[in-house]
Amino acid sequence: MAKIDAVMGWKKLDLGCVIRQPGSSRTFKTGDWRSQRPVVDRDKCIKCGLCWVYCPDLAMVPAEEGYYKVNLDYCKGCGICAKECPKDAITMVLEED
Amino acid sequence: MAKRIGMEVSIAASEAVKLADVDLIAAYPITPQTHIVEHLSEVVADGELDAAFVPVESEHSAMSCCIGSSAAGARTFTATSSQGLALMHEILFIAPAMRLPIVMVVANRALSGPISIWNDHSDIMSEQDIAWIQTFAENGQEVFDLVLHAFRVAEDSKVLLPVIVNLDGFTLSHVIEPIEILDKAEVDKYLPPYKPKVRLDPRKPVSMGMVGIPEIYTEAKKATDEALINSKKVVLKAWKEFGDLFGRYYNPVESYKTEGAEVILITMGSISETAMTAIDKMREKGMPVGLVRFRLWKPFPAPEFKKAIAGVQTLAVVDRALSPGGACGPVAEEIKAALYAERGRPKVYNFIAGLGGRDVTVENFEEIVSKAFTYAKKRPKQLYEMIGVREI
Repeated sequence: MAKIDAVMGWKKLDLGCVIRQPGSSRTFKTGDWRSQRPVVDRDKCIKCGLCWVYCPDLAMVPAEEGYYKVNLDYCKGCGICAKECPKDAITMVLEED
Repeated sequence: MAKRIGMEVSIAASEAVKLADVDLIAAYPITPQTHIVEHLSEVVADGELDAAFVPVESEHSAMSCCIGSSAAGARTFTATSSQGLALMHEILFIAPAMRLPIVMVVANRALSGPISIWNDHSDIMSEQDIAWIQTFAENGQEVFDLVLHAFRVAEDSKVLLPVIVNLDGFTLSHVIEPIEILDKAEVDKYLPPYKPKVRLDPRKPVSMGMVGIPEIYTEAKKATDEALINSKKVVLKAWKEFGDLFGRYYNPVESYKTEGAEVILITMGSISETAMTAIDKMREKGMPVGLVRFRLWKPFPAPEFKKAIAGVQTLAVVDRALSPGGACGPVAEEIKAALYAERGRPKVYNFIAGLGGRDVTVENFEEIVSKAFTYAKKRPKQLYEMIGVREI
């Protein structure tokens, strides 16, 4: 199940459920929706950054030496990065594997 | 000093809005609400009221505009009726969820079809779960007073919920009545300026109307429900203070000649005055009958209602809307649910009357009461019946 830091009782909710803290959606880790995860093959990767550009959840993040890695807290496993990668360096792997 | 003058009730409603010094009115004209917003557009155009008047392209837009306006911290008003209210439907739920104190007058009218511009309560009874505070006016003076009361309650920091003031289309909206219009200084004594607790302000940014994931939706709904239930304290306090200032006292449930009554008629809205005439007539004939009418509808004033009907064996509930295929009309349904857990609860007979502008006459009330007396002895098979329907 989703593990969300924002879970609270009704008495603790702010008036009209307003959000006073910018960027609070970070506490909502949506990665557990995922059934497949992207795996990057650094031998094929040319560091073009298209996976980072296309990822709708900003879950592809710059890593050491110009590579990119997946932030599994937010990756929903949509597979867009694997589809857009010009070198087929990203493979979608079933979570249970 | 306040003056009592002959005035169309719609104009009195808009004069109350003017005296409340609203910041924004967004509305679309629909019969029989039109005179209210028409007059407001005039007073804004004539410079009598310093407010934005937004002539939107639909009621869906009207309510959306009101939500934006109220979120920005502006005192906000709209009015509608029937199909217009129905068109607002999906937006209506959002205002209380965001705790926005919008005030709306609904000139009650039948819903299509068949097409009807005339009065009944089928429009508002289709909106029972929207979490707005709802009051029903009986006459023109009440319309004026309830509009001011609505702003006072809605904007109270302990409430912060939207309020609907219901008035019967044509029967009230288009009738000229003697109405005491308070002056600005008097209204200012009763209605302080709106001080929002939270609003859209670039200097102190917040996000409003966010998604409610499954882990939080239930809690958000509970919070709104609690706010609505708890608003009753402020509703009562604001009526008490209105009475102390201006001499007109209002209660969530009003009783008329209920002492010693064996049957109590239950009504709401303008038909209540006709019902009182009928009660007078029946009492003169020695019939033990009284009247209880709702002024506050949501939150449902269950304790006050139970007190008003205590000890009575038979209730004749008049509904001005049909709940097709259901157990009974919406008012009777609420009453039956409220009484179910009570020891020695009275028998509740439901009469649907006054649909789509059909008059509800003194004779109709006499018929309803005499049926209730008969049914009290001999239990009828039907759960509700329609008064005056031609069975041919």
